[in-house]
Amino acid sequence: MTAILTNLFDGVAYGMLLFVLACGLAVTLGLMNFVNLAHGAFAMAGGYVCMVLVNRMGWPFFAALPLAFVFAAAIGIVLERTLYRHLYARSHLDQVLFTIGLTFMSVAAVDYIQGSSRVFINLPAALQGQFDLFGVGIGRYRLMIIVICGLLTIALQMVLAKTRFGSRLRAAVDDPRAASGLGINVPQVFAFTFAFGCGLAGLGGALSAEILGLDPYFPLKFMIYFLIVVTVGGSSSITGPFLASLLLGIGDVAGKYYVPKMGPFVIYTMMIVILIWRPNGLFGRTAAR
Amino acid sequence: MFERKQLPHTAASKVTSKAASKAAWAAAIVAMAGLAGLAPARAADSVKVGLILPMTGGQASTGKQIENAIKLYMQQKGDTVAGKKVEIIVKDDAAIPDKTKTAAQELIVNDKVNFIAGFGVTPAALAAAPLATQAKIPEVVMAAGTSIITERSPYIVRTSFTLAQSSTIIGDWAAKNGIKKVATLTSDYAPGNDALNFFKQHFTAGGGEVVEEVKVPLQNPDFAPFLQRMKDAKPDAIFVFVPAGQGGNFMKQYAERGLDKAGIKVIGPGDVTDDDLLNNMGDAVLGTVTAHLYSAAHPSQMNKDFVAAYKKAFGNRPGFMAVGGYDGIHLIYEALKKTGGDTNGDKLIEAMKGQKWESPRGPISIDPETRDIVQNIYIRKVEKVDGELYNVEFATFEAVKDLGKTKK
Repeated sequence: MTAILTNLFDGVAYGMLLFVLACGLAVTLGLMNFVNLAHGAFAMAGGYVCMVLVNRMGWPFFAALPLAFVFAAAIGIVLERTLYRHLYARSHLDQVLFTIGLTFMSVAAVDYIQGSSRVFINLPAALQGQFDLFGVGIGRYRLMIIVICGLLTIALQMVLAKTRFGSRLRAAVDDPRAASGLGINVPQVFAFTFAFGCGLAGLGGALSAEILGLDPYFPLKFMIYFLIVVTVGGSSSITGPFLASLLLGIGDVAGKYYVPKMGPFVIYTMMIVILIWRPNGLFGRTAAR
Repeated sequence: MFERKQLPHTAASKVTSKAASKAAWAAAIVAMAGLAGLAPARAADSVKVGLILPMTGGQASTGKQIENAIKLYMQQKGDTVAGKKVEIIVKDDAAIPDKTKTAAQELIVNDKVNFIAGFGVTPAALAAAPLATQAKIPEVVMAAGTSIITERSPYIVRTSFTLAQSSTIIGDWAAKNGIKKVATLTSDYAPGNDALNFFKQHFTAGGGEVVEEVKVPLQNPDFAPFLQRMKDAKPDAIFVFVPAGQGGNFMKQYAERGLDKAGIKVIGPGDVTDDDLLNNMGDAVLGTVTAHLYSAAHPSQMNKDFVAAYKKAFGNRPGFMAVGGYDGIHLIYEALKKTGGDTNGDKLIEAMKGQKWESPRGPISIDPETRDIVQNIYIRKVEKVDGELYNVEFATFEAVKDLGKTKK
């Protein structure tokens, strides 16, 4: 019984992490209809910034996390204004070619600046190790991930549903022409949303260094996971990717624990079954934009 | 999925100056004629070594260490041997065997190299083997560690290690040192399977029991579920083989999950505590016992000088891959000395067989029968020395041959 709960806990933590990493992609792909395969590069940027601040400049870990967000978001907004916006109206193939090129450039750049070996972020002692709660092993770091990501999800949902910015964004997505006719600055809303998604990826990158490992090949290695989350979850809301992340996280951990020989196949099998059942993802709209 | 679409890497960087290339070109043509037995030996005044290494991709640290070590050796010993100038041509194969083959072909046909060397992973070394046989030139394997490699061509010599060497030794050692039950966690590819099988053979022959056996995918993002399974199996120790780059993640999660506090030790071949990454792994790695060929803390004077020179030149500590490269270029130099500069492949291979020398890792030699390396395997424990983490050697198994050959 305790083994089940420990696995469930690990699975939820892993799923939450996937969600923070991938939800920016759900925003650009689902809301803005832009295929951004360079999403992982923003996550990597956040991770490396956090590493440099903590390891080389002695910042506390919790102070470096928001900076990872800010830095990735800043890169996001600069690239959006200078490069991405020219491609919004282009075909998906152009977008894929452009962003995959950007990904390779980011890999080469980080490899050049920081070297190719894996880096680790020095964690405060309070985040290391595990404690027992009624016999269930709770990893402190994973618990922190669940708390941070849980709060973020709630905040995101509130912003989208309750605030003026949220309604502007939804309006801009539903019908950009009508929205701009009503005086909404659509490009600005998109730029801000894009930057926010990149910032979340940066935060996710900083959080994932400990669990997934951080090296210059991060954007390529984990691209497939981000895409699975978005395709399985459907890209029209953030609830879809959230539940998909949890499902995949728990499925992956449980699969590897109970049937280690089949472990790596579990999430792909889940993806195939779900997509056959619901081709637009768990929560996709039937008519995707 | 997209990496495969890259064009083959064709850029070659030359270590020596390009000014000499015209002369070298002419010399190479003469050397080719020499190979065919048409011209007298010693006709050429330069020797070319084609170095095929992963300089990009996940194995890039292997490539960089080997290249660094070779540069260091040539700085120390000069770039002329037996009256010939040694020229190194580096090609990047990103550890993808198809690219290795293309690179080897280009080096042999266009650049007319006298040696091909390097090879970061087993499939790369195997891909080049038939070309070495055809061209009759030595293939010096400086990194890849599966036993079968040297059996694939009579022109292959190895200066790195085989996984059988360290895995059998740690199996024997564990069985004799109070470890009864072991769970294994190995990466699911050829070297991982080699490590697992040789360990199992020797450990169970010594009376030990393998209670849990897990093979993890090579591209594995999160060790958590596998480690939880290990923990629940309650073994005395976990035998681990993961590629060098993943060792740090493994050790961090091992500590996070409290396996160290549950009294479960980590043992294995030394890849998991590679010097290249060891110092960043955190204190959880303290006490890990591994069997391996090289530690940067090896107490010989020669190694101290080597480590100091390497650190001074490149800013970090050499790992076992660097030593494989350092010894590889040394073997090439010694073979050329012995043939008096003759670059006939058969004569060079003959000259390499049975070579014995003192390496930074300790005394080593090339087995004349298998052309594989014979070396000491050390049992080491991770300890803190002057505030840095090192593998400190405490027992030595002398002159270990590769026990993994299929033809005995």
